[in-house]
Amino acid sequence: MAFWIASSPHNHNHTKTPNLMRLVILATLPGVLAQWYFFGWGNLIHIGLAMATALICEFIVLSLRKKPIAHQLLDGSGLLTALLLGICLPALAPWWISVVGTAFAIIIVKQLYGGLGHNPFNPAMAGYVMLLVSFPIQMTLWQPPLSLLAIDLTFSNTLTTIFTGFTVEGYSVEQVRSSIDGITMATPLDTLKTNISQGFTVIESIKNPVFGDNFSLGWEWINAGFLLGGLFLLAKKAIAWQTPISFLLSIFVCSFIGYSFAPDANPSTMFHWFTGATMLGAFFILTDPVTGATSNKGRLVVGALAGLLIYLIRTFGGYPDGVAFAILLCNMSAPLIDQYTRPRTYGHEKGE
Amino acid sequence: MNILLAILVLGGIAAVFGALLGYASIRFKVDGDPIVEQLDALLPQTQCGQCGYPGCKPYAQAVADGEAINKCAPGGEDTIKKIADLMGVEVQPLDESHVKGDTAESNRPKVAFIIEEDCIGCTKCIQACPVDAIIGAAKQMHTIIIDECTGCDLCVAPCPVDCIEMREIPETIHNWQWDLKTIPVKQVN
Amino acid sequence: MESVIERISRGQFWDFHGGIHPPEQKTLTSTKPIKQLALPKQLIIPLQQHIGLEGDILVSIGEHVLKGQPLTASTNPMEVPIHAPTSGTISAIKMSVIAHPSGLEQLCIFLDVDGLDTWRKRNVCPDLSLLTNHQIIEKIADSGIAGMGGAGFPTHIKASSKPDINFLIINGAECEPYITSDDLLMMEQSIAIVDGIEILDRLLSPAFILIGIEDNKPKAIRALQQATKDNEKIKICVVPTKYPIGGEKQLIHTLTGKEVPAGQLPIHSGIVMHNVATCFAINEAVRHDTPLIRRVVTVTGQALNKPQNVWALLGTPINFLLEQCELEVIENVKQPVIMGGPMMGFSVSSEMVPIVKISNCILVPSKKEMPSAFEKESQEVECIRCGQCSDVCPSNLLPQELQWSAKAKDHPQLQKLNLSDCIECGACAYVCPSQIPLVHYYRVAKAEIREKHQLDLKAERAKVRFEARKLRLEKEKLARQEKNKKAAAARKAAMNKATPEATGAKSAVAAALARVKAKKAAQENPESAKTVDSAEASTTEVAKDQKSQVAAAIARAKAKKQQKEAASEQPKTSVSEKPDNITPTAQATDQKSKVAAAIARAKAKKQQKETASQSPASENGEKTNAEVKVAQETKKETVSKTEQKSEVTPSNSSIKEDAQTDDITSVQTQNNPDTSTAASQPNAVDKKAKIAAAIAKAKAKKKLKETNAAAETSTDKDNG
Repeated sequence: MAFWIASSPHNHNHTKTPNLMRLVILATLPGVLAQWYFFGWGNLIHIGLAMATALICEFIVLSLRKKPIAHQLLDGSGLLTALLLGICLPALAPWWISVVGTAFAIIIVKQLYGGLGHNPFNPAMAGYVMLLVSFPIQMTLWQPPLSLLAIDLTFSNTLTTIFTGFTVEGYSVEQVRSSIDGITMATPLDTLKTNISQGFTVIESIKNPVFGDNFSLGWEWINAGFLLGGLFLLAKKAIAWQTPISFLLSIFVCSFIGYSFAPDANPSTMFHWFTGATMLGAFFILTDPVTGATSNKGRLVVGALAGLLIYLIRTFGGYPDGVAFAILLCNMSAPLIDQYTRPRTYGHEKGE
Repeated sequence: MNILLAILVLGGIAAVFGALLGYASIRFKVDGDPIVEQLDALLPQTQCGQCGYPGCKPYAQAVADGEAINKCAPGGEDTIKKIADLMGVEVQPLDESHVKGDTAESNRPKVAFIIEEDCIGCTKCIQACPVDAIIGAAKQMHTIIIDECTGCDLCVAPCPVDCIEMREIPETIHNWQWDLKTIPVKQVN
Repeated sequence: MESVIERISRGQFWDFHGGIHPPEQKTLTSTKPIKQLALPKQLIIPLQQHIGLEGDILVSIGEHVLKGQPLTASTNPMEVPIHAPTSGTISAIKMSVIAHPSGLEQLCIFLDVDGLDTWRKRNVCPDLSLLTNHQIIEKIADSGIAGMGGAGFPTHIKASSKPDINFLIINGAECEPYITSDDLLMMEQSIAIVDGIEILDRLLSPAFILIGIEDNKPKAIRALQQATKDNEKIKICVVPTKYPIGGEKQLIHTLTGKEVPAGQLPIHSGIVMHNVATCFAINEAVRHDTPLIRRVVTVTGQALNKPQNVWALLGTPINFLLEQCELEVIENVKQPVIMGGPMMGFSVSSEMVPIVKISNCILVPSKKEMPSAFEKESQEVECIRCGQCSDVCPSNLLPQELQWSAKAKDHPQLQKLNLSDCIECGACAYVCPSQIPLVHYYRVAKAEIREKHQLDLKAERAKVRFEARKLRLEKEKLARQEKNKKAAAARKAAMNKATPEATGAKSAVAAALARVKAKKAAQENPESAKTVDSAEASTTEVAKDQKSQVAAAIARAKAKKQQKEAASEQPKTSVSEKPDNITPTAQATDQKSKVAAAIARAKAKKQQKETASQSPASENGEKTNAEVKVAQETKKETVSKTEQKSEVTPSNSSIKEDAQTDDITSVQTQNNPDTSTAASQPNAVDKKAKIAAAIAKAKAKKKLKETNAAAETSTDKDNG
């Protein structure tokens, strides 16, 4: 009889990082489906492009770093990064946007810092911010929901628009983005920002068709989808509850204060919750364990900070949505927050 | 008049600060050279003299005075790194000329061992031991206090009958280091 | 204080941070009664089975011992004696693999069981009130009881009464999965356990006695409730099932809401905790005078056909237990055998590992039930900082940060993060999705920190000793100088007196000077002899002389080598623990041959000196030459003899012959049977001979060094 020697504990609960990643990917499905329903194939095509790029980039870097390729390539973290980036991109952005963004995210933000577990910044958000800063025109090619479009955006139309800039029939992106009235459309947040800066009130602004019947046509359902996925992750204990809860509460409180003081210049709390990338950020990006805070108290702080920053950027900043910037700022402060929110060890006085 | 005022004000400020600095230099005077103490604390205190100095403290003093930091063989790379950090200089590889014997063969600490039947009681090793870890008297068999031996190797050379050897401290369950790779896993059947 | 009791009586407890719920698997064994086993053929009883020190061995090989007879005696409170678990004969006392994760060997007593199981005389104590507390504690100490929950702390120390004990907590929360030994013991021996608790009550007189049991042991709870229904003082606390609630600190926190301050023992907070098995053993020892010689062991795991709890004698090799429980051996599969539970147990490296006082479980999992125990290499991937580990840590540590610092060997940071408060429960590694063996990293880091600390202490001591020595040398030097000064002054004064004494002294000095000169001349002579005309003889003589020295050196080296070889062979056959111990006969022959060699060498040297001093006269050149030759031949023979002895056949007679061919009387007396019968003489001769041999060696070494260069050419010639 031969003996096998190992260190205790000998048992394990069989959770594995790749499974965790796959679970998160799965949980984005409702949101992605809603996005597809309201905005067409664009994001799905970008997701596909981004995933392919992520795999290729990761393969190259891992082989250069002489790391076990099969093991790390399929751990799902690169795919998740690509997926999140693909979700965030404007649906009609040219194809190289997702390729450049993903390559930057994987090669520079993730692998050059040491790969999974060592990157200080969320790769998807860092990639997104890089794109937003470097290619502002392509990154604001937001398209209104399909129902408002004059041109029928089929799969083939979307595909050719992404790759050539023109639909099969020869319409340009700008033409595609125009509504039936011939006005170029933007996201609700963008529209609101422009309107308020031009002196319109919120009530006046939301008459714009992009806001739809509720808060923002299409976007509220996408956010609801991500909320659903996020609740699924919470139920599965795949993510910590502290971050999203404190984040959403923080946004709620900030926007409530704003709304109470100046309802004309500030949209409602629910508008903040259900537009832009709020829910995606809350449950899928801010909860990225690698770049977030590790202690529970730290997570509460990070969530609250992110909520505050997003509100400030949306209300006072130069960009309509601030999820990416807020998250990168939180990533930066996470180690410091961790430093100051260490729990009290059993048998020690506080602060000992 | 204005110029005079400015000169007076600036001069006054200068005088005040000068006085403050002067007072501070007396009040907070640093006694001695604490760097030597800090260096001495980093050295392994084997007192082996392999660095060419009679003991660890003299070498610490020498390093503080600009001697090369890579002469401590028992301390190895680790000590060199710490000294480099403290002195703010580059890490250097260990100066091999200061390594007596073959330190490369094993990293486990060693202690001297007297083969007692060979010992003639010459007391030469007692004189060589820097930490008085050998007991014995003339014409009496000597022995080593293992707990006090620093493994410095200095007693081996003086022995006229070659009865001192450096032995590795055997691994017991008390000093075992939780290295699972070293467990001999053998087929029992 | 009252509120604590109120809360307990309401069934409310505090909750500690973290904890996990691994699959319990307790039903494998909890439904079957504890089985009495047949006696194994041999028991291997390690001397040290607890935290502390080994006792002194009382028995010798071949001795017959009775069941319960002490095998070691303790002279120190931290020493705990061991006893013969059954009657039999001591067959060996030697190093053997013990129940320790390192798989290293320690001194064990091997007991060949005679199968009669005869008890030593026991003094059963019918009435405890006749005994003083001191006597009871002595009984506990003599029975060798050490904490049976896992740590193995000597029980008599924990049972000695101390003032102001608030809580005596009896730990029945067997929280590790699989293990049911305490559970079964509580079911079957609840009355004896309660009797043991009452003894502890008397010794410690605590304010409250709490028994903590997890709620997954309903039968044990009922049995204990039944047994304690007459004792109002004992409260049975049914705590929720959560790993590691059975940890000392965790159970204390759960029951009392108090935290044991870091670096302190519970006793400092007025709390004493004992395991239920320990209580049972205390009762056995005090009432029935039965030392700790057996314990309940859960032998479990799905690789066994008959997992069950057994009464195992201490020292039973685990292969006997595995046989009894019918282990399915699968060829070519490395089977993990874990001593202890799956969370904190360690895998054993040999099937001869014996059961000791702290072994509560032998776990033999099948690959299906515990695949991670079979994984060939670590499945570790990078930490993604998910923080699940810190969520489950019962000490509220930050395992992920500890892990980074442990990998970076950042010891100050580890200490800042309170690594020492880690109880190594394994909850963090259990939930880690990156499969990082966190506990292993902590153990390694802890060991490193401990060693670093010891090295620092040692360095500090070395420094102090070095400084002290420097001071002493300085003092001695001064003293010597002072003395010399005084002596010189005295001499001067004496000289000036010009008395007969003074002239005597002067002449003595002159004589000494003359002697020195003569010696110098003699030393210079051999070289001058080389240049003299009658060179041939003398040069060969010198060459031969050198050769003889080389031969002597070779002989010495060979002797050393043989000695080493003999030493390495010896431990296999002998029982001695020291590897460099040599059996008396071998030593004797060795010494004899050494003596012979040394004397031969000494003789050769003497003759050489004589030749040297005589050569200026250049008269007896040939004769001395011949003599040297004889001496050299002798040496050669000795060399060959020593060579022959590599077969370790004591060739006494040959040495004798050898010695007789020479006319060296001292050797004859040494080997003469007549003189050797005299009791005192051999000893003295031996010592003298030893010294002679050593001096000869020393001289040979010196000469060899000096003549090495010169000898090279001449010996080459000779060889040619």
